[in-house]
Amino acid sequence: MSGALFTAHGLSCARGDRTLFAGLSLELDAGEVLQVRGPNGLGKTTLLRALCGLSRPMRGEIRWRGEKVSDLAEDFTAEVAYVGHLNGIQGDLTAAENLRLARSIFARRGHAGAGVDEALDRVGLRAQRDRPSRHLSQGQKRRLALARLLILRRPLWVLDEPFTGLDVASVANLSSLIGEHVAGGGLALVVSHQAFDLPGIRGFELARYCRTRR
Amino acid sequence: MTGGVLGAMRAVFVRELLVFWRRSTEVMTALVFFLIVTTLFPLAIGPERRELMLVAPGVLWVAALLATTLSLNHLFASDYQDGSLEQMLMSPYPLSAMVLAKIAAHWVLTGLPLALLSPLLAVQMALPTKAIGTLVGSLLLGTPTLTLIGAVPAALTLGVRGGGVLVSLLVLPLYTPVLIFGAEAVAASAGQGFASVAHLSLLGAFLALALSFAPWASSAALRVSLD
Repeated sequence: MSGALFTAHGLSCARGDRTLFAGLSLELDAGEVLQVRGPNGLGKTTLLRALCGLSRPMRGEIRWRGEKVSDLAEDFTAEVAYVGHLNGIQGDLTAAENLRLARSIFARRGHAGAGVDEALDRVGLRAQRDRPSRHLSQGQKRRLALARLLILRRPLWVLDEPFTGLDVASVANLSSLIGEHVAGGGLALVVSHQAFDLPGIRGFELARYCRTRR
Repeated sequence: MTGGVLGAMRAVFVRELLVFWRRSTEVMTALVFFLIVTTLFPLAIGPERRELMLVAPGVLWVAALLATTLSLNHLFASDYQDGSLEQMLMSPYPLSAMVLAKIAAHWVLTGLPLALLSPLLAVQMALPTKAIGTLVGSLLLGTPTLTLIGAVPAALTLGVRGGGVLVSLLVLPLYTPVLIFGAEAVAASAGQGFASVAHLSLLGAFLALALSFAPWASSAALRVSLD
């Protein structure tokens, strides 16, 4: 068994009756960013959802700190922060309420990260603090979803197309947030078509594990 | 650690109340539905007190049951669409605890007002005054059971086209025991004024049973729907 913090071995996932990828293995250690690449429809989102425990892979095992994720259950989810295609922002609550409640729902005691205002500052939403989030633009909602990463101090970030809808400044800001996170010993799994450069970044071509061609 | 779970449950509860409060139309729909359906009966049957009194327990209970069914779609649907539910699966606490908090908030906003409104409608249905207490009591015990049971099909049909009607079809047969004992309790205390305690105890037993399995079953259903 390798010593990496987060490992997946022999992973297979299917969508309907079509196998997306098989025999996939990857490992990720503290201070590393893995950028999953590949054309649309290859199963990048499926891979990410399987890796963070939202769906169960057909075959294979995922380990966190050497232990099976399925055995760890909530002790694993407590260490993962996931931002998917959906932002998970409740439109009828204000930006600050969304973050404050997320903090009480998702942070274990002593595991909370930045304060709500600090997190809003970091993503440049301080002025939108008390506006209902449904009035925010697409990009601002995305930034609010990313602010959740900051208020929960979770070591493994799993980000599915985090740059979607972000303006140039926010893209740079997010890259530096990811950079800071891994520099502080965090791990990040990112699906993105955008080329971004960070120390410790590695590419991962999903196409290598796909048998069936579309 | 235990304080953490309770804190998270309280946050979910507060969140639900805030959201529903800001979308008050959804809360009002079920309540107005209850009001209108029960008002239709005196209009259809006629204002004859004896006839109304005879059907009152059944009508009030069926209307309450349908109103609850109507509101079930709001339980998970919007959280499913905006991705909040997906995030809730990533909570470090048991999902069933979060679901229980959601159900509790949902009941406070639909079942509870319904039970509190029922005396007014009971008068309209010519229900004897002595039975009104039993009516409110039976609804207070019965409606949380209805919401708990309904949460399972509501979770299971997320993302299914036409899920709303499907929920009703799935859930109404499961509601029959609660309906029978709820209406019977009211009828018993309206008639001879005895034996309603037995029915109420059974409603209490149903509630205890639903409390023990529904949060667990609906969180399992949520995991399936979100897979």
